[in-house]
Amino acid sequence: MQSDSILRLVWIYPDLLSTYGDQGNVLILEQRAQRRGIPVQTIHVRSADPVPESGDIYLIGGGEDRPQILAAERLRRDGGLNRAVARGATLLAVCAGYQIMGSTFGGEEGQPVQGIGLLDIASGRGAGRAVGELAGEADPALGIPMLTGFENHMGVTRLGPGVRPLARTAVGTGNGDGTEGCYAGKTVGTYLHGPALARNPGLADLLLTWAVGAQLPPIDDSWYDRLRQERLTAVLPQQA
Amino acid sequence: MTQLPLRAQLASALGRTAATLSRATGRGDGSVIGGRIGLALEPDLLSQLARDRRLALVSATNGKTTTTRLITSALQELGDVATNAFGANMPAGHVSALASAKDAPYGVLEVDEKYLPAVIDATGAGVIALMNLSRDQMDRAGEIWLLAQKWRRALAGKNTHVIANADDPLVAWGASTAARVTWVAAGQPWKEDSWCCPECGGPLDRKGVDYTPPGGHVAGAAPLAMVPRPVEDDWACRECSFRRPQPSWFLDDDAVIDPRGQRWVLDLQLPGRANRANAAIALATAEAFGLPVQAALPRLREVRSVAGRYTTVERDGRRARLLLAKNPAGWLEAFDVLDRSLPVILSVNAQGPDGRDTSWLWDVDYRVLRGRPVFVTGERMLDLALRLDVANVPFQLVASFEQALAAQPPGKVDVIANYTAFQQIRAEFDRAV
Ligand SMILES: [Zn+2]
Repeated sequence: MQSDSILRLVWIYPDLLSTYGDQGNVLILEQRAQRRGIPVQTIHVRSADPVPESGDIYLIGGGEDRPQILAAERLRRDGGLNRAVARGATLLAVCAGYQIMGSTFGGEEGQPVQGIGLLDIASGRGAGRAVGELAGEADPALGIPMLTGFENHMGVTRLGPGVRPLARTAVGTGNGDGTEGCYAGKTVGTYLHGPALARNPGLADLLLTWAVGAQLPPIDDSWYDRLRQERLTAVLPQQA
Repeated sequence: MTQLPLRAQLASALGRTAATLSRATGRGDGSVIGGRIGLALEPDLLSQLARDRRLALVSATNGKTTTTRLITSALQELGDVATNAFGANMPAGHVSALASAKDAPYGVLEVDEKYLPAVIDATGAGVIALMNLSRDQMDRAGEIWLLAQKWRRALAGKNTHVIANADDPLVAWGASTAARVTWVAAGQPWKEDSWCCPECGGPLDRKGVDYTPPGGHVAGAAPLAMVPRPVEDDWACRECSFRRPQPSWFLDDDAVIDPRGQRWVLDLQLPGRANRANAAIALATAEAFGLPVQAALPRLREVRSVAGRYTTVERDGRRARLLLAKNPAGWLEAFDVLDRSLPVILSVNAQGPDGRDTSWLWDVDYRVLRGRPVFVTGERMLDLALRLDVANVPFQLVASFEQALAAQPPGKVDVIANYTAFQQIRAEFDRAV
């Protein structure tokens, strides 16, 4: 953690990008930190306000085309998130927020809109909407179990050499090339809603571990496990 | 009523036959099937059926069915009213509703938000009531800002009288291109979709309301969702001139204040703030038809339950009151209706009509349920279980609604269910009671 013993979560632009239950990712990080005795402070940053640079974990969520473009413009003008990540902060970017982290993404009419360049990716608009359950094997280097979630987007994302795919899709569309999401350093991008951390407590703990800089003791995951089991069984029937 | 052209008459008659068949074979209430067949035969049928009637269209994310029912009930004071009472709110349902009441001089049609522009064009309706817009079934409903923009285009240049909620910025924006708008201060408890200006994207400032994040949650502190008094509910963009229009009707707690400043205590049978807001819109709409409040209000008070919403079903001495909540704003309104002293059963599905993505559960602040027995069921009970666990709301998981009901002591219990979960409960009890 940054300096003191409080874990600082920074939720970026909930007034623009929180359309798909994105608050859930914040609540889950709070819960999983607090159940390990780590005190948490959560800061909600409205889009009219500057992004503080002293956070430990930054979160940005999904939303509609127009708010996505507004968010990208404001983040670029503000620069606070880029400085925080350069300083070593952890970042989880979901769906529209994920696309913003790249060099470009597709706007309302498919026109390219400039991102903020925190991930080596470029997104455009696909032919159709990818809507439904997604499941995929996480990159082995991350040491977390299969990812599960719900995707709802029109994006096609090309990964550059500066990032690794977060997962190989078994079910669903993800980036559109058989992979889903990506990561580089302590920045993770994903198309997964559900929310992503509700469906994947392993990913939540990975972010916490990066931020805290130490391994975390296990906690009771029984509700998470039952939900994961049910969802994975529903989409991968042969596996059950 | 003017004679319909022969082809339209035939189409309409065939539609009615199909609806009768559908009812007879138990494949639904018949209201949509009849309309679909009619529309396939005669695309202009809706226009022809709408001609020479005084029509009101009713649209919103939440409260469409109830408000349609309230306005219908009021206008019956004036004469026969054609209406899609079963919530079949797309053009097929409108054809069916109008065809089955050919001689009714009035019509009140509930309209799906997405279909509103097409139905405005087809019917040329003289009055349109618009209540609220919020996130709803994101995997299929699409984007509400785009929706409001389509409303603007559909209303521009038409000779339509719109009755709209001035407290919902997106509705105010969507309605403001209309030639004539009667603004109603009907309140907006759910604000998470309107912190930014629909006109320019700038921040919206609200008088007396600080920004609260979705669900009202801040770690370490636990302020409950603020529900400000509607009359204080002013808003304005910080960066452009878009601001709350001046209302002429106000919802004021348990009463409505009309444009002449007279305060009418509503005293509805329908429970909750949301229904008082619906009634405020209904009274303003009735007045647009020339029906004064003193004539309309007694009609609104007669409405007891709407398509099963708010009805009480009973089994073995357990009396369950059914509340429908389809999206986060709807859950907030349902919590407002709950009896704090009673246990509550929550049932959540994720079938097509519900939206297959359950992420929205995380937009709902369930902490208001702490301190009462909570039972969780439905096809997606595990999603809800984790959500409640993270919110520190103790609950009991139950395999089915029947078991949840049987687990109650004899007496009253409240039930909140989303769309298909609600329909499943109704189907079960229609057979049993
Ligand atoms: Zn503005």
